[in-house]
Amino acid sequence: MPRPTPSQTVGPFYGYALPFPAGGSPAPAAHPGAVTVHGVVRDGAGVPVPDALLEFWQAAPDGSLTGHPGSLRRDPVTGGFLGRDGVHFTGFARVPTDADGHWTLRTLGPPAATPYLSVCLFARGLMHHLYTRVYLAEPPADALLDALPADRRATLLAGGEGEGVYHFDIHLQGEKETVFLDFDR
Amino acid sequence: MSHASLTPQRKSSEPAAPTPQLPAPQPVVPTQREISAEISAAHARAAEAVTAGAAPLDHPPRNFAPYRSSVLRHPRQPLVRVEDPEAAELHGPVFGVTDVTDLDADLTRQHLGEPLGERITVSGRITDRAGRPVRGQLVEVWQANASGRYAHQRDQHPAPLDPHFTGVGRCLTDDQGGYRFTTIKPGAYPWRNHDNAWRPAHIHFSLFGTAFTQRLVTQMYFPGDPLFPYDPILQSVTEPAARERLVASYDHALSVPEWSLGYRWNIVLDGPAATLPDPEEGS
Repeated sequence: MPRPTPSQTVGPFYGYALPFPAGGSPAPAAHPGAVTVHGVVRDGAGVPVPDALLEFWQAAPDGSLTGHPGSLRRDPVTGGFLGRDGVHFTGFARVPTDADGHWTLRTLGPPAATPYLSVCLFARGLMHHLYTRVYLAEPPADALLDALPADRRATLLAGGEGEGVYHFDIHLQGEKETVFLDFDR
Repeated sequence: MSHASLTPQRKSSEPAAPTPQLPAPQPVVPTQREISAEISAAHARAAEAVTAGAAPLDHPPRNFAPYRSSVLRHPRQPLVRVEDPEAAELHGPVFGVTDVTDLDADLTRQHLGEPLGERITVSGRITDRAGRPVRGQLVEVWQANASGRYAHQRDQHPAPLDPHFTGVGRCLTDDQGGYRFTTIKPGAYPWRNHDNAWRPAHIHFSLFGTAFTQRLVTQMYFPGDPLFPYDPILQSVTEPAARERLVASYDHALSVPEWSLGYRWNIVLDGPAATLPDPEEGS
């Protein structure tokens, strides 16, 4: 069985290569079910991380996990980007943090069967990406959450900030360290 | 030797010395020798662990202090295992013809003129750990130009930008998991991890499998680069055989006559375990 190719850090210079227009807005335009999730990525000293890259993957509201192409639609005329088509939900988002370590995602709420947004986090200084999850609401039962002590569980629960707006900080290290996941790859 | 001789005690009758107005202390910049010693020690610890029966690490440990930026950017708590066969992460995003144009795989044709540097073809196959090809998935690359400068505002080291080279490409894998880029060989460049720190030439790769758990961002290196032993990022992969998997091979059959030199680099993505029984277990 072949061994996997090792991970290497995304480094500081991915910014002109990986982000794309509307990368953080997978919710189709003017969709009434759109929610906003935002937060700050912090390091072990509590300092915002201005060069992290977050990717999100989730089920569509109907529960399907097939995804859809078109996250980074390209313009074959100019070689630039067209943005999303405004109709299809691709299930995928990619957002770099800004100079304050802040990110914003505008997506559709996940279905009850998989009630979370999967997060894959990259950053300069991080050798190997990290997975976590954002739960917008505490589900009645959840294998992952139920197995965690209360203080650790809280790191995966977004805070409500009014209708359709949620707050979710990620702490790479320290007292508030976010729960990161291993999928036994 | 007593402690008193190291920390002289001031007699209580002496007046306190005025606080000198000194400039803020400069951060201590480690030398290459210090970083190299830390790398050797980390490799020795990893080798000892393998000798003691631990599985060799395929990926770099996240707490690899010779790469200084990792110190505050890795979790200290163990990762929490998820063994849910219904997990959303066992599926993943898909991409298609809308997401890539034909020209995206040729980094030498994105501007009006030809970029400077040594034109190369980089090609290989992407498979999972069972050897199955990763079909129709997105491959993204980015790199410095031939002088070792990124088209990124934060890269201000005094090497020239090339108006004919941005250094970004993407493609979809074919039915055999194959990918192919035409580009120029990137240059080495300095960075500030320690004194006289230089990164070996590399191309950044971003890869997707069929599951989100197979996501991989990594770097491809060129064979025989003399900077390998000095680089804490490559050396963060503590297992020698795993480090070798990051180095492409020169492939003369892939070179295009009177056009480009060929480098082959095959990529193996992780699992996922939920769909891939591990043949090394329980047989």
